[in-house]
Amino acid sequence: MHATTRQFKENARAALNDASLRQPLQKLKVGFRVRRAQAAEKLPEFETLRDQGRDLKNHVLENLDFYLETFAAKVEASGGVVHWARDAAEAREIVLSICRDHNARTVTKGKSMISEEIGLNAYLADHDIVPVETDLGEYIIQLRNEPPSHIIAPAIHVQKEMVADAFRATHTHLPADRPLSEPRQLLDEARAVLRDKFLAADVGITGANFLIAETGSTVIVTNEGNGDLTQLLPKVHVVLASLEKIVPTLEDAALLMRLLARSATGQEASSYTSFSTGPRRAEDPDGPEHFHVVLLDNGRSRLLGTEFEEMLRCIRCGACMNHCPVYGAIGGHAYGWVYPGPIGSVLTPALIGIEESAPLPNASTLCGRCEAVCPMRIPLPKLLRHWREQEFSRHLTPQRARLGLQVFGWFATRPALWRLATRISALTLRLIGGRRGFLSRLPFAEDWTRHRVMPVPQGQTFMARYRAEAGIHQPPSD
Amino acid sequence: MPSSRTAILESIRRSHGRGELSAERQQALRDRLHSHPAATIPARSDGDREARIALFTTMATSVDATVSRVAGWNALPQDIGDWLKARNLPTTLAVAPDARLDPVAQHPLYTVHRGPALPEDLIGVSVAEGGVAETGSLLMVSGPETPTSLNFLPDIHIVALPASLMVGPFEEAWARIRSRFPEGMPRTVNLITGPSRTGDIEQTLLLGAHGPRQLHIVIVDDATPA
Repeated sequence: MHATTRQFKENARAALNDASLRQPLQKLKVGFRVRRAQAAEKLPEFETLRDQGRDLKNHVLENLDFYLETFAAKVEASGGVVHWARDAAEAREIVLSICRDHNARTVTKGKSMISEEIGLNAYLADHDIVPVETDLGEYIIQLRNEPPSHIIAPAIHVQKEMVADAFRATHTHLPADRPLSEPRQLLDEARAVLRDKFLAADVGITGANFLIAETGSTVIVTNEGNGDLTQLLPKVHVVLASLEKIVPTLEDAALLMRLLARSATGQEASSYTSFSTGPRRAEDPDGPEHFHVVLLDNGRSRLLGTEFEEMLRCIRCGACMNHCPVYGAIGGHAYGWVYPGPIGSVLTPALIGIEESAPLPNASTLCGRCEAVCPMRIPLPKLLRHWREQEFSRHLTPQRARLGLQVFGWFATRPALWRLATRISALTLRLIGGRRGFLSRLPFAEDWTRHRVMPVPQGQTFMARYRAEAGIHQPPSD
Repeated sequence: MPSSRTAILESIRRSHGRGELSAERQQALRDRLHSHPAATIPARSDGDREARIALFTTMATSVDATVSRVAGWNALPQDIGDWLKARNLPTTLAVAPDARLDPVAQHPLYTVHRGPALPEDLIGVSVAEGGVAETGSLLMVSGPETPTSLNFLPDIHIVALPASLMVGPFEEAWARIRSRFPEGMPRTVNLITGPSRTGDIEQTLLLGAHGPRQLHIVIVDDATPA
């Protein structure tokens, strides 16, 4: 996928002016947040499980090579094939060659963020293989030819009238005057159309929420059942997974299952948690004859041992974006690549380079809500700050911001001067603000004041107030 | 050029500033795999079998499944018949080959084919490998007696759940799987919690996305544990 991360500011401005985004984002802020809070409330052990989930993933990352080799050996022992892909291009070629080995014309696909990350659909289509997304949200955005705007609700930005338009334009074999105003009608039409695709597909491609080293199983956690039909009906099942999806045992998977559904949708359990181990057995009456797992690195192994290693604990629940005020204002597309929200702002620079995505670490107010809800306790604000430091040290920050930061830094490291300067500016701003108590225009910050006013200081500095309130009369020694 | 496998494993080791893990370390990890320690297990599914059946029923009902309970396998055809009649549904069934479902398959009320689901099947009937009270989930396994397609293709899924196979938390379901399949997992193991659903159109919850629109669970009080 072509990244537009460098135009984040322009993307965000357009999104803020897009009226069609307001309703879905408003609904998301209520629905997802309330349901997650209720689900966490109903499980007294939830906070303990979060600690254990964090510790488990740290253990896995520490011993990742061992668990990957154990997993691969188990998959092979159960009759499956494991492919290792260093980068997106290699992963795409592997999938294409599996499809060609089986003379595949169409492939059905369960929802997979790795597929988005490696740009699989466009690649398959370029090589005369028709990819059909079967998750309802993914199907809608595939018809609309756009990327997902949320990692678990890919079409969250699409209104039902837009879905109806896409269906009318695509399902031309159906009567033009059929009613499509209700979500139920849209769903039933998609169900009928996709049922034929499930039955006709030569290859089914799914992602994986977990890979289990103990058993060589791949696990998908879904609600619609499309992933199950995808991995059941075609004669070939291909699983796309990144390295860090591995867990040692079924017990470890249970720990993460308890965290995932609650954090994602606020469910106690998703409708379907399905384990695939090898191809169908000789005596099985259904199931795929061939089972392939593609393990994708794409820069992840390089993050181990760095300050960004903690990002690899992510289980892709989406809670961080559901609770992010920035995501809640602009939606997912403005982030410009595959992963939006706080996880995207940390992951995208790691996967496609900070040079390509320099604005993203700034797409956050560092309010800390993402870290507060992250089931794996990933310190997202800290990681965003790490990227901001890299952005600055690599001279990727815009000139004006850079100058501002340098001026700030110069004062901030000279406490006496800092206090003098803040006193002068507090007084000056108060004088300019006058009786109104706010400024409606600020030099150098017109963008900021276009939509809001700047409250002015009350005339005293923080340090002066602090000394007065704490009863400290001597300035602390520098 | 090294294989991608070697390159990835080496990259992991390089990032960690080490070589391959020591023999002792690898043994410790193998020991962990063999002992598969559990994390904290939620207390909610503690209790005897009746308490677990009650919790299972509450949880499954809360996600839009219907749950009934019958005194034995011979009472199954009547329960299914009542459920279908109340919903004005036909009596043509795709039934799993599992012998415990013979009373249903041989009942004069039904027109039946045994085996995996066909695309035109409206109603599928199968047997669960267990029930997980913690979340009201059915544990289903693939195999000649219980084809996975019955779980997903038909519009309506009816599942017989032997009461003797009710467990509390997931961990007890794993114990069941390990003892039943010592050679390794079946091709497919499904935990099924309610009928299929989606919220992908304007965050409106709708049942019956791609899998079954309705899920009916019949807890069968079987005399002896399987």
